[in-house]
Amino acid sequence: MPAFKFRGVDFIELDSLMSDDERLVRDTARRFVEENLVPIIEQCNREGRFPRELVSPMADLGFFGANLQGYGCAGMSNVEYGLVMQELERGDSGIRSFCSVQSSLVMFPIYALGSEEQKEKWLPTMAKGEKIGCFGLTEPDFGSNPSGMRTRAKKVGNEYVLNGEKMWITSGSIADVAVVWAKSEADNDRIRGFLVETNRPGFKASDVHGKWSLRASVTSGLSLQDVHIPAENVLPKSDGLKSPLMCLNQARFGIGFGAIGAAMSCYDTALQYSKLRKQFRDQPIASHQLVQEKLAWMITEITKAQLLALQVGRLKDAGKVQHQHISMAKRNNVWMALECARMARDILGGNGIADDYPVIRHMMNLESVKTYEGTHDIHALIIGENVTGISAF
Amino acid sequence: MKILVCMKQVPQKDAPLKLNEGGTWIREDVSYEVNEPDAYALEEALRQKEKHGGEVVVITAGPARAQQVLREGLAKGADRAIHLDDNAFVGMDAMNISKAFVAAIKDDKFDLIFTGLQSDDYGYAQTGVIMAELLGWPHATIIMEIQKSDGGIKVKRELESGFFQHVGMPLPAVLTIQSGINKLRYATLLGIKQAKNKPLRKVTLDEVKSSLSDNMQKVEKLYIPQKSKKTEMLEGSPAEVAKKLVEKLRNEVRVI
Repeated sequence: MPAFKFRGVDFIELDSLMSDDERLVRDTARRFVEENLVPIIEQCNREGRFPRELVSPMADLGFFGANLQGYGCAGMSNVEYGLVMQELERGDSGIRSFCSVQSSLVMFPIYALGSEEQKEKWLPTMAKGEKIGCFGLTEPDFGSNPSGMRTRAKKVGNEYVLNGEKMWITSGSIADVAVVWAKSEADNDRIRGFLVETNRPGFKASDVHGKWSLRASVTSGLSLQDVHIPAENVLPKSDGLKSPLMCLNQARFGIGFGAIGAAMSCYDTALQYSKLRKQFRDQPIASHQLVQEKLAWMITEITKAQLLALQVGRLKDAGKVQHQHISMAKRNNVWMALECARMARDILGGNGIADDYPVIRHMMNLESVKTYEGTHDIHALIIGENVTGISAF
Repeated sequence: MKILVCMKQVPQKDAPLKLNEGGTWIREDVSYEVNEPDAYALEEALRQKEKHGGEVVVITAGPARAQQVLREGLAKGADRAIHLDDNAFVGMDAMNISKAFVAAIKDDKFDLIFTGLQSDDYGYAQTGVIMAELLGWPHATIIMEIQKSDGGIKVKRELESGFFQHVGMPLPAVLTIQSGINKLRYATLLGIKQAKNKPLRKVTLDEVKSSLSDNMQKVEKLYIPQKSKKTEMLEGSPAEVAKKLVEKLRNEVRVI
């Protein structure tokens, strides 16, 4: 069990900006994480094990596709969905990643770009956690520049034949279905999304081993060699790179909230530790000016991040959000969380590197989060392009 | 069975304690949560409903913020809610809260009223018992188990030192529920959404005022215990010192 019980972080009565239901959603997710994830996460992280036993309980609570309407989904607001992500990532970024992929990168594209048959077939079973999905966009040679992808889909009769490699795919080897993005020869090489059942011949997923980050989630490479899928498996409304980017926007929004959770965990741990740890004249290190400066920095940045995420969430619920808003939330909040993790590690001294405390795990996780779903720098370019009108890609 | 569950919003257990200026109660700007014993009462009521059918109604008294406990009750599966909505309920003693509850439900016909064993803030453990007196119903406290029987219920009470008492009683009745007797469910996201459409009746202070009296209990002073250190030297031979030490550990410190 962890050394300290999490006590929440709310410096400026942010709770008063939320409705009763939003707080209830947050508190429910917080209790779930406290009771089910926190007690096992350090062991999962050590073993590099995804706690699959939590998939069904998370589904029972309605975490998957929580902000989608109908098809067995909870129909939550975007702010409520964000708060669930925050609480999950307070536990672990890997579990939040699993939920992000299931919800925003697989259920959402089926919901937004899929046919009625595809929605009926996949969404209810994915909401129940009976089927797991993964999202294949990134390739070994194409990360920040997905438009260069080499994966291709060739239409042969009433089928598509897919060939290519995908890399850094969360949940790849445990997925029942993969949303694979490929250049479609029948559509003048435009990028389209395909639903590929993972038991089809020619589909192979191999896990990435030796990860020092997101150890409690599965990361795989996908190999597609002459994988035949029926023509009705194409996502009918997918058209060009903007389709996968639309999905990424959903997931990035969740990360903007999620990263706050990791930061809150690190800050709260550092705060409680600093009040107990005594050095010099038998005084707690919390009485030291340099320690107070770090704590003040963290609580200030967390508070700013909370306001940013909440406003972006409000915009999203009002249908007014722009992708650059989401880029700012993702970029700032993940950076802020990583800085908080590093400062918290500093405050914990030697204890900060051991998994008796959650800090080093969050720090290692956040190194991935800073890079995936649009790197820190790519988001700077998105914001830069928006304010200058000049693309620097 | 139609069951009323009395729920209270209390300051969060883990929140840092902030006292008001007069030192008579806790400041308003702390975080609040459902009184934990009441959460067990609600859980037991929902389980009884799942077994025997019927209706679960949740009731609370307090300012607007207290509505959160009703929302949580509705999200977990209660059918409707009653909110005695006024700041004045915060300082009321158990007698007045009980009178207010009884007045607010006068048109309802419940088979059972559940409360948590006690509240985590005042800790009086009186509301359920007083309500039973006011209604003229039987009551039983510290309930571990409830079973329906012919014409009534059989309950198991927890006594001291690991003893239990089994009591048969007629309905309607009031029960105060022991914490930890069941596993609390979560409010699902779907449940939270559906709760928005469940009826929530607001009762004003004026509607129940004629039933209330002056408070009979009042908190005079609330304070955080001062930490003090005392060193006492025991004199004598080792045997005498050891004897004195054992006495002190047994009778004063009470650790052996």
